[in-house]
Parts: sequence; structure tokens; C-alpha cells
Amino acid sequence: MSIESTEAHQPVFVGAVRERLETLQDNYPTRMALLLPALWMVQEERGWISDAAVHEVATVLELTPAYVRGVLTFYTMYHQHPVGRHFVQVCTTSPCNICGAEDVVAAVLAESGCGDLGATSPDGRFTVIEVECLGACGFATPMLINDDFIESVTPVTVPALLARYR
Amino acid sequence: MGYPHPIHPRETPVLSTHFGDATARTFAGWVELGGYAALRAALGMTPEAIVDQVKASGLRGRGGAGFPTGLKWSFMPKDTSRTHYLCCNADESEPGTFKDREILRWTPHALIEGCAIAALAIRAEMTYIYIRGEYTDPHRILQDAVAEAYAAGALGPDAFGSGKRLDVVVHRGAGAYICGEETAMMNSLEGRRGNPRIKPPFPAVAGLFGLPTTINNVETLAAVPHIITRGAAWYNSLCLGNPKSTGTKLISVCGHVQRPGTYEITLGFPMRDLIFDLCGGMLPGRTLKAVIPGGSSVPIMTPEEVDGCATDYEGIAAAGSLLGSGGMIVMDDSTDLVYQVMRLARFYAHESCAQCTNCREGTAWTTRILERILRGEGKESDLALLMDLADNMTGKTICVLSDSCATPVVSGIQKFRADFDAYLTGAAAPVAIGA
Repeated sequence: MSIESTEAHQPVFVGAVRERLETLQDNYPTRMALLLPALWMVQEERGWISDAAVHEVATVLELTPAYVRGVLTFYTMYHQHPVGRHFVQVCTTSPCNICGAEDVVAAVLAESGCGDLGATSPDGRFTVIEVECLGACGFATPMLINDDFIESVTPVTVPALLARYR
Repeated sequence: MGYPHPIHPRETPVLSTHFGDATARTFAGWVELGGYAALRAALGMTPEAIVDQVKASGLRGRGGAGFPTGLKWSFMPKDTSRTHYLCCNADESEPGTFKDREILRWTPHALIEGCAIAALAIRAEMTYIYIRGEYTDPHRILQDAVAEAYAAGALGPDAFGSGKRLDVVVHRGAGAYICGEETAMMNSLEGRRGNPRIKPPFPAVAGLFGLPTTINNVETLAAVPHIITRGAAWYNSLCLGNPKSTGTKLISVCGHVQRPGTYEITLGFPMRDLIFDLCGGMLPGRTLKAVIPGGSSVPIMTPEEVDGCATDYEGIAAAGSLLGSGGMIVMDDSTDLVYQVMRLARFYAHESCAQCTNCREGTAWTTRILERILRGEGKESDLALLMDLADNMTGKTICVLSDSCATPVVSGIQKFRADFDAYLTGAAAPVAIGA
């Protein structure tokens, strides 16, 4: 069922990572409230959240895999598949749209070599998606590259910007 | 100030005074600027006295609904046999709105102090600040500020030696507009899908983890320390004639103006002056076509409606729209309203949690119909169909996401009919889209 089910899953929640999770428990009265933080930790450690990781999270938090999967799929920032080394999100909602965001997307797709939205470039460097409202509308067009929030991107500034991400 | 621009003489800087000044981010810097004096004062006040002062100030919710803040706090139970919670809504995601981001990244201690005072007012020991996952820098800055506040003893089991416990936890979202809806936010915090809950019960009765909870917006809470320090009468005096709309409001202006940014005005400020004076007006050679004044969920305004409109809760309502979040999208005559209404509908379709049929189906079909109109495949009857859909999406679902999708569609068709007719008659070139 999962694309990596034949590979052995190296547990995420061991050692320091497990300690970090259990320290967070002090902040919440339920085990379930750790679910979003735990999924973030998996993504930070592994780059994406595999089905095997879903099972591990379920075990650690005393939930069912189906429940964890239901929550995981609700939130757009969790990667359910591997992505390029640099994950690029370009805002194209109306405020940015009227300021030329779609031209920025075209420039990013061309420069990154991704070609299509959601695709990973052949060299594995980039995956590019359009994202709905990044909440920086006065700085059109904003873009997230991994955790770097970049304001006021234009098609002209795209090549130099992407060159910083090898 | 109209960050990132220098302060405009017609602004009323209160919350925005230190935007752009990185020293205000640190605990020491904030204290030097007078910070945490309000929390120290509030620690010596009764919860009732804090609530009364905020009630008297006239402060209303700055997240969109405009509900009186002190009144909301007074709904919390007086007895503390059960745990009380404060949630700060930092899930700023409404298209056009980017004002809370400036508070979060420039004056995080203003928010922490506001949270602490509000927690005292509602007898809560724990505050959760729910911040959207995409706000990576504000998240880091806020977490550092919270750690500093603990280290300095402003937060913790014995806040400033008062014997009172005040805890603040920053909780990161993971990409879902709907989690800005207060009951969806509580579900998300509990580790659930962000589906809004049916009200009643209201959060003050059964909220987060089933316990009494108050949810306030970032800007609302950041205003509270100023009200404690400078008094309700001072805040109340920040008023341009309408006693129901007092204080200052951050308006984040984006789109086709010379100087987009976050401006702080006294409520009641003329909307036209905000756009044409503070923001520098239209780009060269362009004219104003439309304004969405309060985030994408409010009715689109025409230039005629903007003229003479006072930027406050009642003033914008009288002009046919809403103050909402204060996220103002300005569009000039180069804008294709049909395309932009489609983009907004697509936003709501993408963000629908899909638990209510009218929203799940309505947002999706609205988008598809607008796309086919843009492709030049629309029928004359499509506009009536969109209006009928909008009617079925208004007031019929658990939360107002569905209504929010219908609003720009209805106001767009009613006020900018010529843009739609151009596609239906073939006068406008078709757009390659969707299918």
C-alpha cells in the first residue's frame, strides 16, 4: 500500500527527538494535541511523512493510523510524498495575482527546470507549487523556499534567487 | 506606521509605532520602550476591573467580526473549578490581510503582554497562540520572545513575583485557512482536522478541550496593554465621530496602490484619503476600479461607494461592505473582475473543509462556472445560476466560509456586470483555463 513499505522504517521518535516530543507534552492536557507538532517533527527529520511514519506516530501517540492519516491529509503543508531538496511555494491568490504573480510562477518553473507545478526538477533540486495566500499581500509576490520567506519577488529577481539554493 | 514606509503624518501610530525597529523585538528593548508596565499594573487588578476597563474603551475584535472585546471576556465563567483557556488567533490567512504579521515579527512582546493581561481578565493560566504554518519568520521571532519572557519572569508560575501563573505556548498550524475560524482552530489545537464546530455551545461554555475558552485576534490583544496603561478614556477619545467605532485600526493595503503597506488609522478615517493620500493613490495612468476593504470575504466596493466612506465598522457597512479584518485590496482599471472573482472562488474551494454540502459543492461549482465563463463557454443563464448557488451558500452552513465565497461573486455580478457580460457576449478574449 505505501510506496516504501518494502523498506525498513528507521524510527523518528527515538533519542533526542523523542525527548523533545515528550517535553512538549507538558504544554497540553491530551496526547492527541501532540499530533500536529509530531507530524512537523517527522517532516523536519525526514523531509516528508511516509506511511510507515504515520504508523509510528500513531503508536507513539496512542492513536490509530487511519486517524493520523485523516489529520495529515487535512493540512497542506505536510508532504505525503518526497519533494525536491528545495520546496518552492509561490502565492497566486488575488492580491498577488493582480500584481503579476502568475508571471513569477512561469519564471520559477522555467528557471528551476520543473516545467510543471507539483513536479520535481530532473536534478532533484526543486519542487514548485502555487499556494493560496501567504499573508504578505503588500509584498507581492511573496514566496516560501523551504522555511525562507521571501518578499517582493518579480520574474527578474527569480534567477538570482534560485541560484542561492543548490 | 505605513510599514514598510515612513510614518505618514495622518496616521495614528499606537500598535505600529515600532514596526521596523528590531530592538523592539527583544525583552530588554521592549521594556525600555515602556513595555510590560501594563502587565505589572494588571497583575494588581481584579479580573473584573480589567474587563471593565476594556469594555469602557470600546475595543472591538480586530479579526473580522468586530465583537466588543470586554463583553466577550465577560461571558467566561467566574468560578475556576474548571481550567480556562485563552487562544490567540494568529492564523492570519484572509486574502489581503497581512497586519498581524507585522505585530508578530516586530512587536511580539506587545502580543505576549496582551495575552497575559487577557488571561488574567478571563482567569486563564494557559494561553495558546495559534500561528499559521507559513509564517516561518514570525513563528521563530515569537518563540524567541516567549522564551525571553519566561527567562525574565514575566511568564511562568510566578509572573513578576505576583504569585499568579501565566503560561504562553506557541502552536504552529500546518496550512489550512479554515483554522482561522475559532472553533476549527480549537479542533486543530486538539490534534484534529480543522473542521468548524456547531455553535452552541459557544467557546466560553465548552471550548478548547471542552473547557471555557476565549479566542481573540492578535491585533485585539496587542491593543490591550495600551488601554491598561493609558486608560479607557484615552482609547475612547480616538474616535472620528462614531462612538461605536473607537481606537485605531491597522489597515493592510495591497494591490494597485503606489505604497502598499500596513497603515494605522483612527477608526472613521476617510477611505478615499487612505487610498489616495496615505497610500499614494493609483499607479501612473491608472484609475480606481474596485476596492475589497476588509479581506476577501466582504463585498466588493465601487469607486463611488469609496467616496465619502468612513473607514470604521458602521461606515463601511453603510457603504455596502464591511470593515472585516482591515485587509484592503485595491484594484485599478487593468483588473479583470471576472478573473479575480474566479481566483477568490478557487481560494475558497481549495480551503473548504468540505463537511457541509452547500460549501463543498457550492465553492467547487462556483469556481467551475466562473472558469467556463472565462473560457468563453459561458451561457447567459450562468449569472442567474451563480446567484442561485450563492443564495444556497449563504447562511446555510456551520461556518461562514461558504458565505465568504458567495460574497465576492454576488457583489461582483451586481456591481461589475459589464465585466461578466464581456465574456458572455464574446467581447472579451477567452482565457485558457481550467476544463
